Amino acid sequence: MARVLSALWWLPRGLVLGLLAFAIFGPIANLVLWAVAEKWYFPHVLPLQYGFSYWAKVFAPRGDALTSLVTSIVVACFVVAVSILLAIPAGYALARLRLPFRSLILLAFLIPQAFPNLTVYVNIARIFYQTGLAGTIPGVVLVHVMHCLVYAVWIATAAFAAIDPELEEAARATGAPPLRAFVDITLPLAMPGLMASAIFVFLESLDEFTGSYFVGAPYVHLMPLQLYTAGAGGNYQIASITALLLLIPSVGFMLVVERALTADVLSRIGR
Amino acid sequence: MSAESFLELNGLRVGYGGEAVLSDISMAIARGQFVALLGASGCGKTTLLRTIAGFIHPDAGVIRVEGRDITAAPPDRRDMALMFQSYALWPHMTVAQNIGYGLKLRRVPRPEAAARVAELAASLGLADLLQRKPGQLSGGQRQRVALGRALAVSPRILLLDEPLSNLDARIRVSVRQEIRALQQQLGITAIHVTHDREEAMVLADRIVILNAGRIAQVGTPEAVYNAPVSPFVAAFMGAENVLVLASEPAGDRIRIAPGPANEAAEVPRAGRDLTRGAIEARFRPHEARLHPAGAAVAPDALALHGQVLSVSYPGGQWRHMVRTGAADILVDASQAFAPGSAVTVEVPAPVLYLFNPAAPDPQTSRGATDRPVPNASA
Repeated sequence: MARVLSALWWLPRGLVLGLLAFAIFGPIANLVLWAVAEKWYFPHVLPLQYGFSYWAKVFAPRGDALTSLVTSIVVACFVVAVSILLAIPAGYALARLRLPFRSLILLAFLIPQAFPNLTVYVNIARIFYQTGLAGTIPGVVLVHVMHCLVYAVWIATAAFAAIDPELEEAARATGAPPLRAFVDITLPLAMPGLMASAIFVFLESLDEFTGSYFVGAPYVHLMPLQLYTAGAGGNYQIASITALLLLIPSVGFMLVVERALTADVLSRIGR
Repeated sequence: MSAESFLELNGLRVGYGGEAVLSDISMAIARGQFVALLGASGCGKTTLLRTIAGFIHPDAGVIRVEGRDITAAPPDRRDMALMFQSYALWPHMTVAQNIGYGLKLRRVPRPEAAARVAELAASLGLADLLQRKPGQLSGGQRQRVALGRALAVSPRILLLDEPLSNLDARIRVSVRQEIRALQQQLGITAIHVTHDREEAMVLADRIVILNAGRIAQVGTPEAVYNAPVSPFVAAFMGAENVLVLASEPAGDRIRIAPGPANEAAEVPRAGRDLTRGAIEARFRPHEARLHPAGAAVAPDALALHGQVLSVSYPGGQWRHMVRTGAADILVDASQAFAPGSAVTVEVPAPVLYLFNPAAPDPQTSRGATDRPVPNASA
């Protein structure tokens, strides 16, 4: 009886797992199909003709898609550099020093997310137009940094908090000045967490649409805008290929995060 | 303090959130001495060690090394090494890198540093483990790496924060001997924090007993064991049996009045400043003797009458719980007395510690602990 029950128990479990797999892989399978479809219209379940002509179009030396991909990556790299340079001292201070209003400071980084994006970005765009930052790469980088800082600082704080302060004290007691102890001991130990936060920021920047649209367009043409234009113009092939390209860093991120963000670090995020 | 004092603490006060954790800490430590800071948990011994190391800034007082005031110096400018209770080994570095880090900081040429690391590792039995990471080592091996890291920089003062408390009992005894031997061999001045009385007694030239953030007594192991200056020290040194007796100091003798459970006795005064009236008497279970009721005792000994309540065998000797008057005391004997039997407990004068009754207010009992202790300069 018990054996029959345990065998039957697999039925709902298998069903739920199957649905979950479909929910995750269904859209990706559709994306892959569209990326290699040359001809595909309504009554047909599968594409009528397969090929890579759209890939050639995307990767054409003068194609919009490739330039937008390059711009996106350049912007994302700058955003990572600025965010991490800000997050290292901020995260260290928030994790180690007994700051007054510590949780309030942590919460402050969440404010850009707390209000509707459009309201925030429309106002930023207005200010940037006055200061000449609109339509420039520094302007877009700045908007992305504001959006990403919450992840960068929160994860960095958790990464630093997970390191036993005695490890740094041991370096001090061995004769290391404060900065040297930080560079030799704390920074390498926080590196996996900081890497995860850098990748998170990179992805967020690559993905960010609203801010890029209001502040960057049309002069700074980023990947999500390209995707939007292609999608809106009914060009599903270009949209699918761009989306697939955006997927690559995400998958890489999952692999790194799985290793770097240990339970020890995760449990300290936002604390 | 004496001219030859190497490390000198003068009137240290450390507060934490307005509350004093350490007060009036003054002592002088000679070069090459091994000093144990002994006390129950929460007495401030680790705080004192961290203050000496430079991680805590005292609210008042001065720390001097060879006459130089280092009270405000940062930890890395004190030429001390601290071995942490957790060992605090750097997990991203190999054993060799952990031990050699201090040499790297001091810009010791690489071949020379490598030779020093190899030499230390060999003497600590780590020669085969140099390329391992701390995560791949056993507790005892980690402890050695932490000791090697502290010794590699040839510190003037070695600070040890309960370095043996994470080891199991059997390894602890052998590591204890090794630490002592290394310290003697290198002639390093060492300060060792522990809550383990036996560890302090075996390792140290001098023991500093801390109680609630104050020095309760400073002395050689035999001095603090045989001449405790306060009931606290006596209890910490194992004299857990407590009796209340009536004393009449007379010249160089102290007469103890007969009571409901004790006979009259007379013990040498031995410089003790006792008041007339009720006093607190303490002794250790294994230093008293147990006789059948009515047996004669030595002339200088205190005789107590009682009844055996229970008997157990913890090993070596039989341990008896004896009721004498209002008090229950523990007495060891080489042969067992049946529960219920009437006995006479003999406490020889040298192991009978007598104190004025403890004052209820800690502020007034301060006088007793601040008084110069005869053995303090030992």
